Amino acid sequence: MNETVIKTNKLTKRFGDFVAVDEISFEVYKGEIFGFLGANGAGKTTAMRLLCGLSIPTSGEATVAGFDVFKQPEEIKKNIGYMSQKFSLYEDLSVKENIEFYGGIYGLSTKEIKAKSTELIDTLGLHNEADKLVSSLPLGWKQKLSFSVAVVHTPKIVFLDEPTGGVDPSMRRQFWDLIYNAADRGITIFVTTHYLDEAEYCNRVSIMVDGKIEALDSPAGLRKTYEATNMDEVFYKLARKAKRSE
Amino acid sequence: MKQFFSFIKKEFAHVFRDRKTLVMLFGFPIVQIVLFGFALTNEIKNANIIVVDNAKDQASLQLIDKMEGTKFFHVQKTLLTPSQIDAAFKEGKAKLAVVFPANFYNDLLHLNKASIQVIADASDPNTAVTLTNYVTSIVNDYQAQLSPTASMPYTIVPEVRMLYNPDLKGAPNFVPGVMAMVLLLVCVMMTSVSIVREKEMGTMEILLVSPVKPLLVIIAKALPYLALSIVNLAVILVLSVYALDVPIKGSILLLVAESILLIITALALGLLISTITSSQQSAMFASMLGMMLPTMLLSGYLFPIENMPVVLQVISNIVPARWYYVIVKAVMLKGLGFGAVWKETLILTGMAVGFTALSLRNFKIRLE
Repeated sequence: MNETVIKTNKLTKRFGDFVAVDEISFEVYKGEIFGFLGANGAGKTTAMRLLCGLSIPTSGEATVAGFDVFKQPEEIKKNIGYMSQKFSLYEDLSVKENIEFYGGIYGLSTKEIKAKSTELIDTLGLHNEADKLVSSLPLGWKQKLSFSVAVVHTPKIVFLDEPTGGVDPSMRRQFWDLIYNAADRGITIFVTTHYLDEAEYCNRVSIMVDGKIEALDSPAGLRKTYEATNMDEVFYKLARKAKRSE
Repeated sequence: MKQFFSFIKKEFAHVFRDRKTLVMLFGFPIVQIVLFGFALTNEIKNANIIVVDNAKDQASLQLIDKMEGTKFFHVQKTLLTPSQIDAAFKEGKAKLAVVFPANFYNDLLHLNKASIQVIADASDPNTAVTLTNYVTSIVNDYQAQLSPTASMPYTIVPEVRMLYNPDLKGAPNFVPGVMAMVLLLVCVMMTSVSIVREKEMGTMEILLVSPVKPLLVIIAKALPYLALSIVNLAVILVLSVYALDVPIKGSILLLVAESILLIITALALGLLISTITSSQQSAMFASMLGMMLPTMLLSGYLFPIENMPVVLQVISNIVPARWYYVIVKAVMLKGLGFGAVWKETLILTGMAVGFTALSLRNFKIRLE
């Protein structure tokens, strides 16, 4: 776990007078599951968008997959996957067509796409649904499919923005199995969440408060530092200092 | 290339799976053509008119006969008093009344001067003017028959010829207008809605994070609607030639090329709308308000531009349909070539380029 895939140095994003992301510096290593926690409005989604090239940083430095966010956004795009808060598959396309489309725009060959879609449908157990429209799938399945599509091109890093919002606990468990599976294949996972039990599943966790990273360690390390029995307590101790809320 | 084809395939899937919209897309032009071509016409057929014949002589009978012979009038012969005629107008039973005085033929023969009273219901001035014109021309016609050679000295007889549309049919006028409206509406509304839908659904973010170039997104979005519009254009032209008897006098190739130019202008406009709106509803509203109304009102298609206040005349210059309307009329109805419409073509091209440049600049690769 020594190869660095994301590195930021005093990365800042301002919207007028409002400092959404305030000089954050951290590193993420290859193959790890990096939890990015924070209350609503703490700035975690904005920080993630800076790294994905969806938003231009105001100042600071950052590299993603070895490429500079200011100078090489196009290179970054080829090497990352992204799953947004909003469900982001096309409802009027079938499961297969969605996989084909995303494979296509990431430049996979027809052969690769075919292999990938068979593989995905196998892993997800969607044989009977492969030709059905995505709109007919239950939410939990959509989320799993959405994740699988985000890593269809085997990116170096995949960014997940609250991927399990609104999904029931057993589905969330299954979803995390997919995440582990991807991490085992060497894909670095950068995930924001506000389910604190999920933070325990991460290798390392950072907690953002008011645009700053207040803590960054493994879940066990955080519990020790903050003399807490679970992540809930850690989070509570840190987050109550927050001045801004949504 | 693979990227591009995947994208196009997906866009076509969106279009063809949305059955309701598809039906609307193709139904709209057909309904428009049929409505404007057959129902909403400003020519008048079978208008109820009252003829009060107090003369009942040779001349009056022949004239009435002529009136009955046209398809314009439905003649009702009665002997009503002026107040009864007034009542008939008020009840809407008649649009026009023709009153022959007693001794009509005698006066004509001996005094060389006879008069007919023509009373029209001018609560609808357009109809009234049209109907009185019909009557006047019938009377003039009759006069000419009576004395083909012995026309009075120094009489000036204006010979009016209605060029390009001699029968003053409504359809030739409407077809170019409907073409402009359908093409603009389909392209502007559908493109803007389909792009804004991606924004609303959150899929736009995924596209922006992906290595797909924004230009490719735009072209892939526009292509299906370009294709649909060309099909629509063909449907309209076939309908107008075979159902409405409006011939294409000029070059079909030129007509199609000019139409594609309008389609591209419209696609660029749709794109522009999509960059400044964030919900499907507002995109639809903007397209309707921004395209439908100016196209109908300011293109010269329903109301002549020359009769508008100067302010509106100036505004009409930025309505693409205005120029397209002139082009289609010239090519389709008058059979003119490119030489006659190069100026309008240049203006439309300028608009297409301008709108495309503007929307490309606004189409953000990053969200904020």
